[in-house]
Amino acid sequence: MEEEREVELQVEEDSEAGRETEIPPPQLAEPGTQGIIRGRDLFGYVGIEAVLDQMRRKTMKAGFEFNIMVVGQSGLGKSTLVNTLFKSKVSRKSCTPSYEEKISRTVHLKSVSHIIEEKGVKMRLTVIDTPGFGDQINNENCWDPIVKYINEQYEKYLTEELHITRKRRIPDTRVHCCVYFLPATGHRLRPIDVEFMKRLGKIVSIVPVIAKADTLTMDERLDFKQRIRQDLQASGIRVYPQKEYDEDVEDRIRNDKIRENIPFAVVGTDKEHQVNGNKVLGRKTKWGIIEVENVAHCEFANLRDLLVRSHLQDLKDVTHYIHYETYRVRRLNESNASVSGLSALPLENGITEKYEAQSQL
Amino acid sequence: MTTNMRYKSRIIKTEDSEDKQYVGFATLPNQVHRKSVKKGFDFTLMVAGESGLGKSTLVNSLFLTDLYKDRKLLNAEERISQTVEITKHTVDIEEKGVKLKLTIVDTPGFGDAVNNNECWKPITDYIDQQFEQYFRDESGLNRKNILDNRVHCCLYFIPPFGHGLRPVDVEFMKALHERVNIIALIAKADCLTPNETKKLKDRVRDEIERFGIKVYQFPECDSDEDEEFKQMDKELKECTPFAVIGSNTVVEARGQRVRGRLYPWGIVEVENQSHCDFVKLRNMLIRSHMHDLKDVTCDVHYENYRAHCIQQMTSKLAQDNRMDSSIPILPLPTPDAETERLIKMKDEELKRMQEMLEKMQQQMHEKDQ
Repeated sequence: MEEEREVELQVEEDSEAGRETEIPPPQLAEPGTQGIIRGRDLFGYVGIEAVLDQMRRKTMKAGFEFNIMVVGQSGLGKSTLVNTLFKSKVSRKSCTPSYEEKISRTVHLKSVSHIIEEKGVKMRLTVIDTPGFGDQINNENCWDPIVKYINEQYEKYLTEELHITRKRRIPDTRVHCCVYFLPATGHRLRPIDVEFMKRLGKIVSIVPVIAKADTLTMDERLDFKQRIRQDLQASGIRVYPQKEYDEDVEDRIRNDKIRENIPFAVVGTDKEHQVNGNKVLGRKTKWGIIEVENVAHCEFANLRDLLVRSHLQDLKDVTHYIHYETYRVRRLNESNASVSGLSALPLENGITEKYEAQSQL
Repeated sequence: MTTNMRYKSRIIKTEDSEDKQYVGFATLPNQVHRKSVKKGFDFTLMVAGESGLGKSTLVNSLFLTDLYKDRKLLNAEERISQTVEITKHTVDIEEKGVKLKLTIVDTPGFGDAVNNNECWKPITDYIDQQFEQYFRDESGLNRKNILDNRVHCCLYFIPPFGHGLRPVDVEFMKALHERVNIIALIAKADCLTPNETKKLKDRVRDEIERFGIKVYQFPECDSDEDEEFKQMDKELKECTPFAVIGSNTVVEARGQRVRGRLYPWGIVEVENQSHCDFVKLRNMLIRSHMHDLKDVTCDVHYENYRAHCIQQMTSKLAQDNRMDSSIPILPLPTPDAETERLIKMKDEELKRMQEMLEKMQQQMHEKDQ
């Protein structure tokens, strides 16, 4: 836990540091001080900004953890997409050529962990797969095992947190992001999509993507996305990035741009072909080569930027500060109520304000 | 024969012998052709599959009409409470004097719900209803203008996203393969590379065989067809299930206006054989096998239904008769009653035959004496 706190330390500076300033979390503030401490103009170089370097060094040593869950019907390219996202053979499915995909009778979750490294930064990536989701004739309650798993991870973390002697660094197995694969039908959301996202949007950050989007023309894609957005709004489903968690104008502008484009239409592959003398990742068909990283062809690059390059830490933050806190409050209320004999007040997940959750600590 | 005749016969011998043996019924096909052109043809095609697989687009591309102009797509909320419906669109098409009354039976809502148990039941009920109506009309008094609404062919759309047949596909085809000609298609084939298409087709063919699904089999070529036709036929059979792409739009490709889909990475032409099997499907469905599909429906599926129906009716009658008998019989479950009735029938037959044999033997004895 300590390492994570240091990572989230926001330095208060009124110089042109370029980083977003944030109200420091209450645990770190010394007793007695509240809110922002406005500094005066410095008449010399103090060296406060060197703390950024220290932070960077520490996090590089400690490494990151990221848990991503992929949900969708079989054959939508989940494993291929994960492999393409992290440019490594993380998921065994699409690597072994003789792998025979069998539709399993029940939904069971498989989690695979890998440690990948880039420029000295280590990341422990865990991919949680959900084979069997939505494949049966009767798919009622196929989301229950998934909801149970997510809550179990929160429970594990909570138990660790409540120990008297806590570990220096609690292993974080909570699901930071759930990528939900929609088949590219071109029409609207299906009932199973609505049911799943309604239930899971309250406990985890959902990123919906349109899978195998090379079957939609540009116009069809725009129409499809618009209809999906309408459906999401009509059903009250909140997907990542959620509007109410935008902290300031910059965030809002950035996230609005993303929100106008979800769900991202992606195409995944791990094969390379030659295009104009360059080697590109793509799918070769008789009528052309679909370049996966070309923004004009599909939105894989946008998804990758969102998940890995710009919002990875934010996903973890939202999971930790909002979803986990909601779960924690609910659980503590429940256990309080059972002790005192009162009925637990039901808490609406996902509606509590970020600051409200923080202030309850 | 006189020399004159012989001379004549040497020159026009062939025509002469032809005239002598020529009866003239070789023109029957032309007569049938003329009559049927006047009467016109009718064909009922059913399209089934999950929504969003391009069924309507394919139908429009196949018959070059727009049957679904004012369709409204339901949103997810409305779809949750929707059940499988059966909708019919009829269109009269005429080409070079030949009239075709085409009926498309659509099945919106199939496979869309969360719980799809028995979602094919409305479809099988519909097909049985059409058979029943035809059966009644056939057994009726006025048989002049029987309306043939029987479903001649069912195009089943398999999504290209999966790894072969899903449970709902298998169950649907098994419920329908004894009632209608099923042709399996791989929909939206423009999301597959050529390798993937081949793998998927092999996979689907294997699974169809493994689960014992009887899809429509192309009839064998006659041995006197020419080699080209036989080659085409062989190619057709190896190509199933057809990987199809449909399109409602016309785009410009290679200087021509073709039906196709425009992507940033290229143009998919619907009628290009190397892009998809649409042309093969169209040729098979309309140009070469339409009549055979109708024949198989009439001769095989309808006859099966009819035999089953009659058997049910007679067993019901036997049951009723049994109920009226004065001897108190314990009520038996129907299968036993059925076999008992058959045994009884066989016994009676045997008895009769034995009696006849005895009578004949007696007669022979009398004759001898």
